[in-house]
Amino acid sequence: MATTVTAQDLVRSPAVAEPVLRRPARSLWSDAWHQFRRHRLAMLGVVVFLALIALTLLGPLLYHTPTDAIDYSQGLLGPSVDHPFGTDDLGRDLLARALIGGRVSLAVGVVAVLISITFGTLIGSIAGFFGGQVDGLLMRFTDLFLALPALPLLLLTIYLFRDVLRKAFGPEVGIFLLIVAVIGMLNWMPCSRLVRAAFLSIKQKEFIEAARCVGAKDSRLMFSHILPNTLSVIIVAATVNVGQAIITESALSFLGLGFPPDVPTWGRLLYDAQNFLDLAPHWAIFPGLLIFLTVLSINYIGDGMRDALDPRKTH
Amino acid sequence: MGRFIVRRLILAVPTLLMISFVLFAVLSLAPGDPLSQFAANPAVPPEVRENIKRSLGLDQPWPIRYVKWLLSMVQGDWGFSFGSRIPVWELLKLRIPSTLAVVGTAYLVSLVLAVPIGIVSALRQYSLMDHVATTLAFIGFSLPTFFTGLLLIITFSVKLQMLPFIYDSTLQVRDMDTLAAQLKQSIMPIAVLALFQTATVVRYTRASVLENLPLDYVRTARSKGLAQPTVIGRHVVRNSLIPVVTLVALSAPTVFSGALITEQIFRVPGIGALLINSIQNSDTPVVMAITFTFSVLVVLFNLLADVIYGVLDPRIRYD
Repeated sequence: MATTVTAQDLVRSPAVAEPVLRRPARSLWSDAWHQFRRHRLAMLGVVVFLALIALTLLGPLLYHTPTDAIDYSQGLLGPSVDHPFGTDDLGRDLLARALIGGRVSLAVGVVAVLISITFGTLIGSIAGFFGGQVDGLLMRFTDLFLALPALPLLLLTIYLFRDVLRKAFGPEVGIFLLIVAVIGMLNWMPCSRLVRAAFLSIKQKEFIEAARCVGAKDSRLMFSHILPNTLSVIIVAATVNVGQAIITESALSFLGLGFPPDVPTWGRLLYDAQNFLDLAPHWAIFPGLLIFLTVLSINYIGDGMRDALDPRKTH
Repeated sequence: MGRFIVRRLILAVPTLLMISFVLFAVLSLAPGDPLSQFAANPAVPPEVRENIKRSLGLDQPWPIRYVKWLLSMVQGDWGFSFGSRIPVWELLKLRIPSTLAVVGTAYLVSLVLAVPIGIVSALRQYSLMDHVATTLAFIGFSLPTFFTGLLLIITFSVKLQMLPFIYDSTLQVRDMDTLAAQLKQSIMPIAVLALFQTATVVRYTRASVLENLPLDYVRTARSKGLAQPTVIGRHVVRNSLIPVVTLVALSAPTVFSGALITEQIFRVPGIGALLINSIQNSDTPVVMAITFTFSVLVVLFNLLADVIYGVLDPRIRYD
């Protein structure tokens, strides 16, 4: 046996094989990261998105102009050194307002997606893992939610329930909770379907059978063995959803049914700006650009992640 | 096929029942009294308010009201608007044409633009044209419709003074001048909706064509000696458009939702504007009618997508 020389030995001489063997072990995530880094626009998206987050979090600490200093003599001014984004009709500084409002817009996007992902993953994993009647019932439930008209229902629930929540939690927190909950609860369906599909295929794999044979309980199989393998699907879905949630919140505020006027989210700024488009186009352009930049960078990040986490595309 | 459609239609009934129940429950259980405007009015004594309430049937518990609503809705009676005192259906009939005109044209425009762009972009992958098309599609896909609308108004109405930014629904097309005016006022609302839809469809078409190009049947067609236009036109495109058609059918309700926002921006007196007004005035019957119409659209277009998919793709079998 030892003297037989196979074709493989000839091709792969020990000198070449050595460095290959010494290469550090690479996990799915490091592979994905390598892949992701090659997607230039996605990397740019990460930089822009992190910059926007930093700006809204740190900006108000460094930029001291108050958000609510009313000065009619300074109303509707275009961008200048004193007011980089210009001022609104009451003479309030729009950069300061956009920075503070951005915190809310971004927070709504992230929290709403956390809600929808958590709920969607829960429904999807239970349906996919247990199958049978549970699956049928949960999928009917998902289909029902998919058939609900999202935007009209959002408008409706927010209009109907905002006063109650405002009384219970205060004007800002109340409306934040309501918007986040409603957006989250109307967007979990695609995630639940993706997770279910992933569960269905993974639970057939041998390693699950092996784990079952050593006596792993259902909960352990679900959360320690199958769920980590569906993470890539969930993360990609979540990324793209953050952009959608930010757009939805802005759309609600834009329709006048989002945050109250004293919470200047980007959508709310657009809503206020739309009656002054002739006198103060800057009022609409800057917040709009911020929404656009955020969503564009998130979409590019999502695109890069999809490519990076798709095993068919590994180079 | 016929049996499949019938079965899906029957299955749609419980879905719609559930949806209408959920919508009705949300509307009835919500705090907020449709008669609150009378409560603020000192000229309306409480007894009169009670009478109005009774005449509108609001004194009964909501499950009973739901059953009554359902029974009359099935017979084509959508109830009376609290606000405008005319049947809801009459109100909808006034508003639907302008929405359909804008949404329908936007939908057609986006298809006519997006499918060829997507196909050419895929055939010349990584060419300059492909880069431009994919980048523009990405931008169009990430631009919220309300921002596009405001940008268009700033550019074309405020700066260039070319287009009116308020949609005049009383305008009647009688001669060339009014026709021109009608076209001018429709361009921006249509463009906003069409841009977003085009971007989505371009991305989808391109991806689908790219997926089909390396497949065996394309190589077979080429090795038979077919010319490039035949291979692309008769083989690749026909197969690639199957998922695109489904996407287009599925996105119809989204386009209608998009109309909610464009109608608000351009003051188009369509069904979306009616919904927002009715929500703000607690005009429950109108809100119920419109949201339910939206649900019917969603369910209907889902069914349509399924059916089209089956017709176009003989590999799909319904039994």
